[in-house]
Amino acid sequence: MASLLLQNIAKSYGTVEVLKDIDLDIEQGELIVFVGPSGCGKSTLLRMIAGLEKITGGDLYIDGERMNDTPPSKRGIAMVFQSYALYPHMTVYDNMAFALKVAKMPKAEIDQRVRNAGKILQLTDYLDRLPKALSGGQRQRVAIGRSIVRDPKVYLFDEPLSNLDAALRVDTRIEIAQLKENMPESTMIYVTHDQVEAMTLATRIVVLNNKTHTIAQFGTPLDLYQRPENTFVAQFIGSPKMNLLPGTISAAQDTTTTIDVTAGGVATVPVSAAGLPSGTEVQLGVRPEDFVVAQPGDAVIFEGQASYTEKLGEVTVVYFTPRDGEDSVIAKIPGIADVSKGTQLSLTASPDKLHLFDASGHSFFYK
Amino acid sequence: MNPIILALVTVVLGVIACVTYFFGSNWVLDRIYPDTGPNAGRNINRANAVRPWLFMLPAIAILGLYLVYPVFNSIWLSMMDRSRENFVGLENYRWMIADDKFQESLFNNAMWLIIVPAMSTLFGLIAAGLTDRIWWGNIAKSLIFMPMAISFVGASVIWKFIYDYRGEDQTQIGLLNSIVTSLGGDPQAWITIPFWNDIFLMVILIWIQTGFAMVILSAALRGIPEETIEAAVLDGAGPLTVFFKIKIPQIAGTIAVVWTTITILVLKVFDIVFAMTNGEWGTQVLANYMYRMTFIDGHAGRGSAIALTIMVLVIPIMIWNIRNALKENA
Ligand SMILES: Nc1ncnc2c1ncn2[C@@H]1O[C@H](COP(=O)(O)OP(=O)(O)OP(=O)(O)O)[C@@H](O)[C@H]1O
Ligand SMILES: [Mg+2]
Repeated sequence: MASLLLQNIAKSYGTVEVLKDIDLDIEQGELIVFVGPSGCGKSTLLRMIAGLEKITGGDLYIDGERMNDTPPSKRGIAMVFQSYALYPHMTVYDNMAFALKVAKMPKAEIDQRVRNAGKILQLTDYLDRLPKALSGGQRQRVAIGRSIVRDPKVYLFDEPLSNLDAALRVDTRIEIAQLKENMPESTMIYVTHDQVEAMTLATRIVVLNNKTHTIAQFGTPLDLYQRPENTFVAQFIGSPKMNLLPGTISAAQDTTTTIDVTAGGVATVPVSAAGLPSGTEVQLGVRPEDFVVAQPGDAVIFEGQASYTEKLGEVTVVYFTPRDGEDSVIAKIPGIADVSKGTQLSLTASPDKLHLFDASGHSFFYK
Repeated sequence: MNPIILALVTVVLGVIACVTYFFGSNWVLDRIYPDTGPNAGRNINRANAVRPWLFMLPAIAILGLYLVYPVFNSIWLSMMDRSRENFVGLENYRWMIADDKFQESLFNNAMWLIIVPAMSTLFGLIAAGLTDRIWWGNIAKSLIFMPMAISFVGASVIWKFIYDYRGEDQTQIGLLNSIVTSLGGDPQAWITIPFWNDIFLMVILIWIQTGFAMVILSAALRGIPEETIEAAVLDGAGPLTVFFKIKIPQIAGTIAVVWTTITILVLKVFDIVFAMTNGEWGTQVLANYMYRMTFIDGHAGRGSAIALTIMVLVIPIMIWNIRNALKENA
């Protein structure tokens, strides 16, 4: 039930800068996911929004009200911790009721809210149990229930599923998606390592860069996949990561640019690099799953010898012998392809699946 | 021989004897059950079954000699008369129950039992809670802990100076009296004031034990997951609610262990009373009375009866304490 505005938020511990120039405009009802490599500051940013960590620069607004110096409990937020952080000495019921009791809500209303949350989260049979007598998934649901009963403006989740096993993770992810669907008004911010979680849950994703301590890109999941703004996002989203082939501009037309790939091969990308002289160094991005085996007459983008293959049934992942100082080029070919070590392959890709970055890693698409 | 040299030689010989025993017995065990050859696996299992007993044997033997045997001897003695020669049955117990001084001791012990553990734990908890939040907390902790290093008699000597009283017309050197007189009051002979003198003696033990409670409770407080506290802060709880509703319940087990440990210590309280008042002015306690009966009045039978009373009172608390400690570790 709230919009969030982060302006120029920065965080440093002493002289160590952890985050800077964080600008986010989050609308009511969105589910925003923070992703990024370990240590990039996802938790820190979330904790600053919660008020558990001091904001050392910039302004935080919730519903237009500046919140930098508002105590955590007055910000209208609720948080689900990675470790669940249930009160071990309280029953499930009391865990959920604690915040309401502190707020001196009438007993009858507390009871009604707790039982309602218990019903939504299928915890009705466990209300009298202590947390230690619950499974990981049930504890997770209690932690969520503790947020729901408070009916907060903003929900914050810090890697809520990372302690669950793979199968339970999928179930709980779907439950969270349904929860969100039933509460279209509420705003949620969700931190995760897991790309699938990010792609499936988010209305928009924030990718944080651990080298520059800034936002690498803020956009919808498909934006990030189809139109990464820079090589950091390009290689962070998608698995295996996007191939970056060094090359030079051979011809810059009005709406297309032709690239000479250094490893041999040419590609024509439908973006404009107008004004740049031929010979300018660029990086051509191709996702492994966008490579297709070239037919006679196709423009070959990459040619090489397979050094290793993984046949997963659904796809065949081919790793090519890397050139000096470069990463292995990877291609994902649908089905069980007749490729093994030593097979020579020529690959191409549809022009609209190609990405072009300048030498410093910025996408030409956004120029 | 010079007593210092004698002591040194004894210590060195004792250590050598211990080391020799452990190495030697272990060596013999390994010869009997070699861990090579056809039965290596079976031998290792057998040796491992025997080894703990081998190592615990000296401790068990010494504890048996100095703890278990005296208990039975005390039971026997408690049914003998002053000469330790004639069996009198339960006569000593009958005397004890009717004795005024015994009843006074029992009542005083009960007071000690309620007040000292409660206050030590309370102050320890407050100190532990506060010292974690200030930069000079570790200095404060060391200061509070220091009395633990002083023997009870040493502490009593220090407090004797605090409670000291020198007749109306003399200069008061006691700290408490100099404070009172500087505020315009009359000097008091503190340790002779009935009822309050008990409290003044308890203060000494509280002063000593607060450090113990603080150290243990502070470790327990640090063991509380930080996130449960953050969650409570987000839930709107203030510092006091967090302390009483989130922190204390999570360290309840440790509080119980600290409480009962001090309780057991209090049941045996002797040195402080012995050094400060020797049980005069209505401050007698069981342990001191037992000592007085046995060694001053020379009636080992009555003394033993009092000793057994103390033991019977300690045992249930001891069992409860050990249970709690085991639960903590589980
Ligand atoms: N108290 C502190 N003092 C100094 N640096 C800190 C402190 N707390 C965190 N950091 C640093 O801040 C950075 C961001 O930490 P944060 O926990 O937000 O990362 P994260 O993105 O959540 O990582 P993960 O995915 O592993 O949970 C890290 O590099 C960490 O070393
Ligand atoms: Mg984190």
